[in-house]
Amino acid sequence: MNPEQPATLETKEIPPEGAPLIGPGYTFGSVTDKISSIVQTRSTPRGWWVGFGISFLLVMVLHYAIAYLLFEGVGIWGIDIPVAWGMAIVNFVWWIGIGHAGTLISAILLLLHQKWRTSINRFAEAMTLFAVACAGLFPLLHMGRPWFGYWLFPYPNTMDLWPQWRSPLVWDVFAVSTYFTVSLLFWYIGLIPDLATLRDRSPSRVGRIVYGIMAMGWRGSARHWHRYEVAYLLLAGLATPLVVSVHTVVSFDFAVAIVPGWHSMIFPPYFVAGALFAGFAMVLTLAIPIRAIYGLQDFITMRHLDNMAKILLATGLMVTYGYVMEGFMAWYSGNQFDIYVTLNRMIGAYAPWYWVLIACNCLAPQLVWFKSMRQNVWVLFVVAMLVNLGMWAERYVIVVTSLHRDYLISSWGMYYPTVWDWATFVGTIGLFLCLMFLFLRFLPMISIFEMRTLLPEAKVKEENS
Amino acid sequence: MPRPPIYGLLAEFGDANALVVATRQAHEKGYRLMDAYTPFPIEEVSEALGFRKTRLPLIVLLGGILGCATGFGMQYYSAVISYPLNVGGRPFNSWPAFIPITFEMTILGAALSAVLGMLALNGLPMPYHPMFNVPRFALATRDRFFLCIEARDPLFDREQTKSFLRSLMPREVTEVEH
Repeated sequence: MNPEQPATLETKEIPPEGAPLIGPGYTFGSVTDKISSIVQTRSTPRGWWVGFGISFLLVMVLHYAIAYLLFEGVGIWGIDIPVAWGMAIVNFVWWIGIGHAGTLISAILLLLHQKWRTSINRFAEAMTLFAVACAGLFPLLHMGRPWFGYWLFPYPNTMDLWPQWRSPLVWDVFAVSTYFTVSLLFWYIGLIPDLATLRDRSPSRVGRIVYGIMAMGWRGSARHWHRYEVAYLLLAGLATPLVVSVHTVVSFDFAVAIVPGWHSMIFPPYFVAGALFAGFAMVLTLAIPIRAIYGLQDFITMRHLDNMAKILLATGLMVTYGYVMEGFMAWYSGNQFDIYVTLNRMIGAYAPWYWVLIACNCLAPQLVWFKSMRQNVWVLFVVAMLVNLGMWAERYVIVVTSLHRDYLISSWGMYYPTVWDWATFVGTIGLFLCLMFLFLRFLPMISIFEMRTLLPEAKVKEENS
Repeated sequence: MPRPPIYGLLAEFGDANALVVATRQAHEKGYRLMDAYTPFPIEEVSEALGFRKTRLPLIVLLGGILGCATGFGMQYYSAVISYPLNVGGRPFNSWPAFIPITFEMTILGAALSAVLGMLALNGLPMPYHPMFNVPRFALATRDRFFLCIEARDPLFDREQTKSFLRSLMPREVTEVEH
């Protein structure tokens, strides 16, 4: 990028390879001020109130939908035999998939020394937490009697019973709760030095106390930094296999069953690729408006968007390969049920969803092969939104089409989501956005101390030794 | 040993290079009870302080092993000892089915011990520290680099150490109250 002209929403110029990860002319102080001033301002922007207000209303819709569900039972949803999973599980898989990009960015890209992760890892991790929180609601509500949810955990009980360890649904409980815990730890540990910065800069007494408690007395000691870096690296190394395991376990929920269209070896890798695909689409969906609204084009540069678009394309191709292989294996197996399920997806009652998923997940990302398209934030935003839709459609197709046509014609049926299915889903989108707005207002959305290390002054020159 | 009248002497530097050089010189001079404070991690500084090894990786390994053993042990105990259930003559100890939970518990144990171990070794949370008595120390989380030689150091002498620190060309030298 041309140093005189920082990227703006309209920028069409092509950055050279190795373009700087941070705009020119920044110092340690100005990086700190730029990011922390978003949080430490007395006046909350009007746009924030509008966005927060709308998402808060949607949270109220969620509350209403949940209250009615608890009162009446899962019969208010469209689920029935044979399609007993319905939108609750579609939404669960969709949200948990979105929750994968945060850990990918913070852990895997850290281990691979991809320094461009620095300005996007914080809000991607926040996104992960909020998405996993939304995901966790669905299996809980789908149980019918959520107040017995703790039965899923092993605890000494008067019934003398244990969870069924051989069930993927119990593995899911452990995988998702571990994933949430580790993501939370990773995010909080990353925040500690920045919370100390906010504590030291806070103009108000309340701010100093609240940020001070959260920063736990961090003072930037060299010994502390040393252990901190070791802990952060180890956490990254632990989170990397974890992120792969979580969606693998989610795919076991399907693949271990003998339902045609689910019982497939390709599910674990194809689910993991799909999760990263969906997650990166959501990171782009959030990053593009955030950088424009908060004027962060110098920190989240076109190079960042370019790299994310490339990952989106790569994971999109993996997902496409998964779809092709599903079709091929159905044909190659010669199994009449597998062939029927595959054809039923393409031309059956739910065919429109199938073609939506092909159009959004396989065709739309092909646009970003072209550099001019990767440089156009509008194109990237539209592609990311299409992928969000396409990945939802994919889960809908997997869950619903397989269940509605089982082996026996006597157990065939249709699934029609009700208004309560939609209200719960839209409500969780509201919850996600609501938490995101609160995060943007009260915590630094970009890691300040890691941005400092990107400045040339942060390098210690060896001639001094 | 009586408590020294002050906590230590604090020198403030404007850039990372100056701090690394100063820390090396102080270490060569023989000062050991000192610490450097920086707004971001600088590997060279902790090396200059003579701080290289940390026990943290060992703690994380032990945490992982503990999580792994707990995860597998819990499933083994429940499926083989506490509530054996014969399903089609399959073995009670169906270990391949126990692996996902064992794996998740390993990661959980290791991650928790990485975080809690790091905080414990660092002595955090620590709401009060004498360093916070220096108003300019707030800049340690912004753009300034500090070196503090503590009064408990055997070589410490209020005047001599102060003039030594001044010779390192800091922006400022301050006394740190308890």
